[in-house]
Amino acid sequence: MAASRVAANELFLNIKLMPKRYPKALFLFRQISTSRPHCDKQPEPRTKSAPQQLVGVVGLEIHAQINSNTKLFSGSPVRFSAPPNSLVSFFDASLPGTFPVLNRRCVEAAVMTGLALNCTINKRSYFDRKHYFYADLPAGYQITQQRRPIAVDGVLTYSYFGGRKRSQMIRKSVQIKQIQLEQDSGKSLHDDARGQTLIDLNRAGVGLMELVMEPDMKSGEEAAAAVRELQLILQALGTCQGNMSEGQLRVDANVSVHRPGEPLGTRTEVKNINSIRYLSRAIDYEIQRQIDAVQSGRTVQNETRAYDSKSGETVPMREKEGLQDYRFMPEPNLPPLIVYEDNASLPTGIDPSQAVVVQKIKDRLPELPGVKRDRLVQTYGILPEHSFTLVNEDGLMEYFETLMKTTQREPRKVIGWVTNELLGHLKQRDMSVSQSPISPAHLAELLKLQETGRISSSAAKQVFQEMWRSGGKTASQIVQEQELGLVHDVAQVHSICQKVVDSHPDEVYAVRNGNKKVLNKLIGLVQKETKGRADPVLVKEILLQMTQ
Amino acid sequence: MLGLTLKELSLAFREGRISPTELCRKCLNHIKKTQHLNAYITVTEELSLKQAQESERRLLRGVPKGPLDGVPFAVKDNFCTKNIRTTCASRMLKDYFPPFNATVVQKLLDQGAVLMGKTNMDEFAMGAGSIDGAFGPVKNPWSYTEPYRTLAGPEASWVITGGSSGGSAAAVASLTSYLALGSDTGGSTRNPGALCGIVALKPTYGLLSRHGLIPLVNSMDVPGILTRNAGDASLVLSLLQGHDVKDSTSVPAPYSPADLPEKLDVRKICVGIPKEYHALGLSPETLAEWSRVADLFEGAGARVEQVSLPHTQHSIVCYHVLCHAEVASNMACFDGVEYGHRSSIDSSTEVMYATTRHEGFNDVVRGRILSGNYFLLKQNYQHYFVKAQKIRRLISDDFRRVFSAGVDVLLTPTTLTDATCYRDFTQEDNRTRSAQEDVFTQPANMAGLPAVSVPTALSSRGLPIGLQLIGRALEDHKLLSVAQWMEQEVAFPSISVHYTYRESSDTI
Repeated sequence: MAASRVAANELFLNIKLMPKRYPKALFLFRQISTSRPHCDKQPEPRTKSAPQQLVGVVGLEIHAQINSNTKLFSGSPVRFSAPPNSLVSFFDASLPGTFPVLNRRCVEAAVMTGLALNCTINKRSYFDRKHYFYADLPAGYQITQQRRPIAVDGVLTYSYFGGRKRSQMIRKSVQIKQIQLEQDSGKSLHDDARGQTLIDLNRAGVGLMELVMEPDMKSGEEAAAAVRELQLILQALGTCQGNMSEGQLRVDANVSVHRPGEPLGTRTEVKNINSIRYLSRAIDYEIQRQIDAVQSGRTVQNETRAYDSKSGETVPMREKEGLQDYRFMPEPNLPPLIVYEDNASLPTGIDPSQAVVVQKIKDRLPELPGVKRDRLVQTYGILPEHSFTLVNEDGLMEYFETLMKTTQREPRKVIGWVTNELLGHLKQRDMSVSQSPISPAHLAELLKLQETGRISSSAAKQVFQEMWRSGGKTASQIVQEQELGLVHDVAQVHSICQKVVDSHPDEVYAVRNGNKKVLNKLIGLVQKETKGRADPVLVKEILLQMTQ
Repeated sequence: MLGLTLKELSLAFREGRISPTELCRKCLNHIKKTQHLNAYITVTEELSLKQAQESERRLLRGVPKGPLDGVPFAVKDNFCTKNIRTTCASRMLKDYFPPFNATVVQKLLDQGAVLMGKTNMDEFAMGAGSIDGAFGPVKNPWSYTEPYRTLAGPEASWVITGGSSGGSAAAVASLTSYLALGSDTGGSTRNPGALCGIVALKPTYGLLSRHGLIPLVNSMDVPGILTRNAGDASLVLSLLQGHDVKDSTSVPAPYSPADLPEKLDVRKICVGIPKEYHALGLSPETLAEWSRVADLFEGAGARVEQVSLPHTQHSIVCYHVLCHAEVASNMACFDGVEYGHRSSIDSSTEVMYATTRHEGFNDVVRGRILSGNYFLLKQNYQHYFVKAQKIRRLISDDFRRVFSAGVDVLLTPTTLTDATCYRDFTQEDNRTRSAQEDVFTQPANMAGLPAVSVPTALSSRGLPIGLQLIGRALEDHKLLSVAQWMEQEVAFPSISVHYTYRESSDTI
């Protein structure tokens, strides 16, 4: 298994040279600047005024690394950031005479993902070879599913906040053309200084699901929302960890523009996108770039472009000249991939524990994000918008549900604390829910203090800030230390009220003459004196008496 | 001693009449004496002796690993052997030492068999003469026997072994190994088996694991078994067959005894004679031999019927498309990055690839890669590859129809003629020769059927003529039973009767 044993003879994965042309190289022509200023604000590809406005059309090709202990066709372990070439079997290095052995776990993952995306599962699918020479593709071909993939014709429903104030939930869906199983490639590291390319085959042969989303989207925002929903689904299923920065989820966008009703324009493929935020920006940039080109009479080239996150622009990628012909052919070393509907459809002689049975996978499907949101709305009576936020923010739903178990307060009262106070604080500091310095238990305690009238709502916010800052102090501790508790002592409140009444004869006069609104001003003055700590019910009662 | 059957040898070992070490030395000496045949690319002398000594200790203790313990065997140089050079007779792999054993090699080692060396072949098994390898041509041992020397005349030059497993056939025929592994994609085991006068079995596709066999055409490749008689082939088959997790195209072996029936009752057998196999170029002598053996079957009470396999004639052209396409694909891994030859010219990755492959492969391999890629181009795929696949299906259906009509085995020639002189053989290019030579053997690969070549007579030039039996899928045991019956009837003269050593490879 160890590549080092191969290395003893031949396998030193170090090519001395600079690649001149690579079919999918990451070398970019860096444009120094463009005449157009970089748009910080979200470009609006659709303008409502002109009916013949150009609009964007976006399709996605997504490579999701299958969450599996071993590779698609070999027993090598799958691990991110292991020492180079330490996870390479003889097959992964394409030693002659080694053959692929399909990993059932990867097939199950693809079937499960297909089911979650409402796909038709092909009971019989095939593997094919896709040929191209690349240093990190040892066989000279990738095993993929070109002719008949494992799953087809699915649909993904997603939502996002749209409208003027970004407060309106917009629901859309995108067709999933297919999900195919295929091998990942290795990694090339280009050492420009020494003119070398170093090859790491740890990733070579890791199982991928390629998902093709039809061009049903119109903007970066929609694409980002669709990918986020997919990410949540994959994570819920456990079929892909979905981390874009580690390359577990890789998204390429096919972008074109056209006038509605007219045929689609020439499309470009945008690559090198490693976060959802960049996906949105890259697509919007590309749509605007193409609209500008068309409007100024230039043509859009059919090309591959890379997103440069620093400049926020897409730039053409250096590509192999001429047409790449992948010379597909059936993979002869793998029999057709057969999956069975249920145990009853298993032919005799097939061990049920070795077969992939769709019904069994269906039975194991976990709660998907859409179902989770519905459940949250029903269980807690919160708004769909809230459920969306809870589910879409990693760990927020779990936080909320833990909190709900420990608090007596009404969900509608609690939700704001979670989606506004907590999430706002987290977002401001670019933190995840798991990094929150305030645990659900601590927040529950704070809510209890507020509910039982020990602190006012304004003090509660103050306590929350202090809890966040101190990182570990309980709400009670803070209330005590900073004397933020409500003053219930009648004599004490009475004397403060007396002071206010005495020093504001005009206001007292006005109240006595029936202008009840002025009473609120007096209440405010009392609270100002007590830094908001006086029991508001008591204050009102006493002031009413005094102004009778 | 060198002429014993495997069973006789095994018994002699157990009874202490022969020592494995002594036999191994004898074979090694014999390999040296027959060096001019060029049958071996690598002789594993030290390792062979070590294995023989270990075997001897086991036999002395009375605990042999199996019936092959101590038996010398040879392996075609396209089977991976752990830490033993495996070249495919190509400059590309001239210094390649695989880190693992092919499953079939491992199974023989697990039986205690003693590896003598790696045998010569056509480069990457592409050829039908064993003359197109980086280590030079293989010479047919029959070139040096009395009958040939006498009958063909003193001026006659040496004849080829056929191929591509010519080294393995020569090793078994010249008695330097008791059995050898070959590979068979279009006839590469049966063809040299026939020309070298030995039994050559191409098992049912999938019955033997291909793991560790460096592929030519994955959907047709099978490890082949070369032995001196059908009984030996049956014994070896029973030890090698079965599903292997490392080869997803391998299948579990059907139950069958290792031994063949001593005397088969052929009255229950129906022998089919395909009329389309009266091919152009079939020598009158081979044709006569074919009729003679058919008559033997008939005379013994077998039903002998003429049958038709109408699509067979398209087999060769169809084979070439499928073969070249897969070759183009399979050879893509030889890019000089992970293993094998790497050119010193490396101004860019593409230049390194191109020069590595140009330097590493011979013209035959490069030619097949070129045409194979052409067949796989998007614009050509339907016209060539898909059509060829359809024809393959028709060929396969031809066989199915004949077998389901009650035919048990088909009897055909293995080759058009007896072995050709090297001088004459090289008048034609590799592609033409392959097309001619594989005409009878190739359809069985298309259909994945078991087939065996059995030597039946010597030609007027004193060279072996072989006939082929083709059987139903997974009925390899029955096929070998019929082969053994044929063997018993024809009484082919063993090479040991005729063989005379020539100490040097000189004039002929």
